[in-house]
Amino acid sequence: MVSLSILHYHDGLQTEATSQPDFFPDLNLDQVVEAITKPGQEYNLQPFFWTPLRDAQAVRYRQEVFQDLEKAPILEAIKQFAEGMRVVRRYLAMMEQLNFADHRKGWLLEAALVYCDTVTTLARHLVDLPLRSNGLSTFREHLTTCIQSPAFRSLATDSQHVKNALAAIKYSVIIESGKFSVKRYEGEVDYSSEVEHVFSKFKQRDAQDYLVHLPERAGMSHIEAKILEFVARLYPEPFEELDRFCTEHNQFLDETIRTFDREIQFYVAYLEYIADLKRQGLPFCYPHVSATSKAVYVRDGFDLALAHAWRYEQKTITLNDFFLTGPERILVVTGPNQGGKTTFARMFGQLHYLASLGCPVPGREAGLFLADRIFTHFERIEDSQNLRGKLEDDLVRMHRALIQATPDSIFILNEIFSSTTVQDALFLSKEIMARLTDLDVLGVWVTFLDELASLSEKMVSMVASVDPNDPVRRTFQIIRKPADGLAYALSLARKHGLSREQLQERIR
Amino acid sequence: MMKVFLLHPDQDFDPSTPLLPNVDDLTQDLSLNILFKAMARGDTFLFQVVRQVVLSPLDESASILYRQEILKDCLKYPDVVRQMYLIPLTFLERKHKRWLWISLRHSTPTSILSSARELLAASLDLLRQLRLIADQHVNTFESQGFRRFFTMIQRELDDDYLNLVEKHVQQLRFSRGTLLSAQPGKGNEGSNYVLCYPNDADQHWLQRMLTSHSPTYSYTLHPRDEAGARILEELRDRGLARAANAVGQAAEHIESFFRVLQWELAFYIGCLNLYEQLTALGKPVTFPQPVPAHERRLSCAELYDVTLALTLGSSVVGNDISADGKSLIIVTGPNRGGKTVFLRSVGVAQLMMQCGMFVPAESFLANLTTGLFTHFKREEDKTMERGKFEEELARMSVIVDYLTPNALLLLNESFSATNEREGSEIARQIVSTLIEKGIKVYFVTHLYEFTRSFNGDNILFLRAERLPDGERTFRLKEADPLKTSYGVDLYYRIFGTEQQQEMTD
Repeated sequence: MVSLSILHYHDGLQTEATSQPDFFPDLNLDQVVEAITKPGQEYNLQPFFWTPLRDAQAVRYRQEVFQDLEKAPILEAIKQFAEGMRVVRRYLAMMEQLNFADHRKGWLLEAALVYCDTVTTLARHLVDLPLRSNGLSTFREHLTTCIQSPAFRSLATDSQHVKNALAAIKYSVIIESGKFSVKRYEGEVDYSSEVEHVFSKFKQRDAQDYLVHLPERAGMSHIEAKILEFVARLYPEPFEELDRFCTEHNQFLDETIRTFDREIQFYVAYLEYIADLKRQGLPFCYPHVSATSKAVYVRDGFDLALAHAWRYEQKTITLNDFFLTGPERILVVTGPNQGGKTTFARMFGQLHYLASLGCPVPGREAGLFLADRIFTHFERIEDSQNLRGKLEDDLVRMHRALIQATPDSIFILNEIFSSTTVQDALFLSKEIMARLTDLDVLGVWVTFLDELASLSEKMVSMVASVDPNDPVRRTFQIIRKPADGLAYALSLARKHGLSREQLQERIR
Repeated sequence: MMKVFLLHPDQDFDPSTPLLPNVDDLTQDLSLNILFKAMARGDTFLFQVVRQVVLSPLDESASILYRQEILKDCLKYPDVVRQMYLIPLTFLERKHKRWLWISLRHSTPTSILSSARELLAASLDLLRQLRLIADQHVNTFESQGFRRFFTMIQRELDDDYLNLVEKHVQQLRFSRGTLLSAQPGKGNEGSNYVLCYPNDADQHWLQRMLTSHSPTYSYTLHPRDEAGARILEELRDRGLARAANAVGQAAEHIESFFRVLQWELAFYIGCLNLYEQLTALGKPVTFPQPVPAHERRLSCAELYDVTLALTLGSSVVGNDISADGKSLIIVTGPNRGGKTVFLRSVGVAQLMMQCGMFVPAESFLANLTTGLFTHFKREEDKTMERGKFEEELARMSVIVDYLTPNALLLLNESFSATNEREGSEIARQIVSTLIEKGIKVYFVTHLYEFTRSFNGDNILFLRAERLPDGERTFRLKEADPLKTSYGVDLYYRIFGTEQQQEMTD
């Protein structure tokens, strides 16, 4: 049978990454992927989000599936399907842990019942829905073939029949110290309430807690298995039918459906994650992607991690644009502290990475480059075990990155060399910049060093702007214009109550 | 009353006291977990105790000296102290391992009953052991703390009391049989168990069941089927009598005494562990001399960073510093020259002194402080709400909320997340105001413009040493700041060779 994947348009071995890319924490993509995949941890979706594509056609295959799933009835059908499959998986996984045959068989039957219902329901839903994507259409064909097969039909009929027979059984258990008995149910009255009534007479003031806190038992010990064995002896026929059912249908899961169930969650999880943000009016789009053209742009882009962190707050996310054309390769971002520079740099990296996953990206319109590698260098926490010192560490990391990089790589640098003097930082930054432009990589460089913004035609200067009427107020707009050397550190100190006059007042 | 009083002369140490507000910053900036781990030697309880005690500094010389005296006894008689520590440990081990009795609340009635009885039985020999140690050492130990403790044990654990306990243990033996009924539940898994006292069981009902006409299948557990017996016992417990509660409370008093003893001795065991490790490394330790907080004193010889010594061993370099009368100590010099290490050694020694410990130095004298604060350069705030510089200022502002005169503030490359000119100006305003307000400040910085704006008798400049050939000694010397930080030579060392190769290619 041809293997069918909703994530990959062609056959062939697809390797999943086993750990997150190094730059994830710097771009806050670790938070994004953590939040996306947390609700569906059982699917192990993280490897999908750790494995970017470099093929524009492969990206478009996924974009189509996303676009289908953005239609509410289709997404709803898939979610209902996933819910059913989750129950099936839980029952089957639980079965593996069970030691006693009749116990195990009982749960296999439950799993089969839910499975038949779930698959049939999905097929019924998808037949009525207009599908545009290659991926989902192909899967629908498979599903239709599957439920019409004789194997599936007998599974559905048999499971229902056995279930009805077992549901008709009723029995009683009598347990004594070191001994117990089982017999048929013969209309005995509820005895437990009478026991409770008797006990309430002798109840101590505060002893009640011990009973209340005793946990319910789950699963089956050999004692409880013995009980079930007796029940089967009392009612042999339904259990014989259960035996026959389990022999005939012990492997009922369709491999393609099982794979689909996991892979489709890549889409569902991402759409769930951005749903709140879309409701708030934040734009998402399917970018034009290319593995060759370095002319990139976005209109009304934003930092996805930040938007998600703020989704319940009354704060406005600022939308920013950028473009690089002709020889332009590197955006040099300067401007006041807390002006949105780091957020902008993260956005640049996130857009490119999310595009390479085939996901809709945070922006109204975008054209993005499918990079082979993304390198980031953000300020790191000081590690007392590492004796090389901060600056040396920065240089060693930069050096390693430059050795690995190709012209198709992306660099995102945020305030590197900040632990040294201005002269040192300037010298080192110019050296690194020369190497980056020789390589012809795309990138963003956030810096306090205005000089970097005008080093060559490959640099584009962008500045975090402030409200002209109130310099303490940042607009978080990053605008394409020459670096102007304005920083607003002292006004910021005042804002935090750290001016001389304020400190005099505060410390007593 | 059985009171331990080994951490304070007149009260129990209260482990629920909230730690300092800046405990997370201190722990991270001073690498305190390395210290705690060494003191704990893999024991999570010791870790918890030493962390709590070290991070709850004392503010008076008298209470510091009270602990120093006790600790000196411990260093002198380590075997006796470790033997004493084993007593509450043994008790709790018996409690946890033998009878798995975690707490009254989470136990079954059956186990509460038997645990309470067994626990009382288990404490008897240990209480007698403790009495024996007290009898032997009440006159050899010199500290006020241990002498009071031993005298108290002799008084409280007299023969009458121990005999009374023994009598109770004998009375606590009885057993019950239990009958329970049940109903089948979901998935054929038994549920809805209702239990009865066997004594109260209705004989007519039982007889009716046993003489029923329908087929009945019965099962009797094998005598060695312990798991099965346990399951039946679990079911039985669901309805068993609750009178056991009262018996359990009798054991509580003894247990809480052992817990306090374990807690307070644990701190000294942690000190002993550290002492042994540092001694094995050949590193010196000394009992520090605390002087009042309003003075400005620091004079030390071979003060080293204990956390680094524990990581790297004996090669760690110490510093001799005379900073008496200095309110501001500015440390400059090349990267990886030992500046941060020095700053950390000052902070750690201050904490160790103020919890009554020895400190990692040949000699150490310093003024007490009303609060120790650190402001080290940090990674970008993960909540993304702030830029780096604003994050630094916000953190500084939180510190200011807690600063009081005679506090000690350690700044490590603070205010450097903006350009040098502005960073220097802000640093100048803040630091000069803090000094006027009576705060003692250590500042490791590259902000050359900042360092130039300070001079005076109350200021000490230290610089990480750099030999003419560029080598670092990791020692600090009294010297004015230089204007470069040697980034260029680092660059050529890392990139340089390769660059030359590229050129010749």
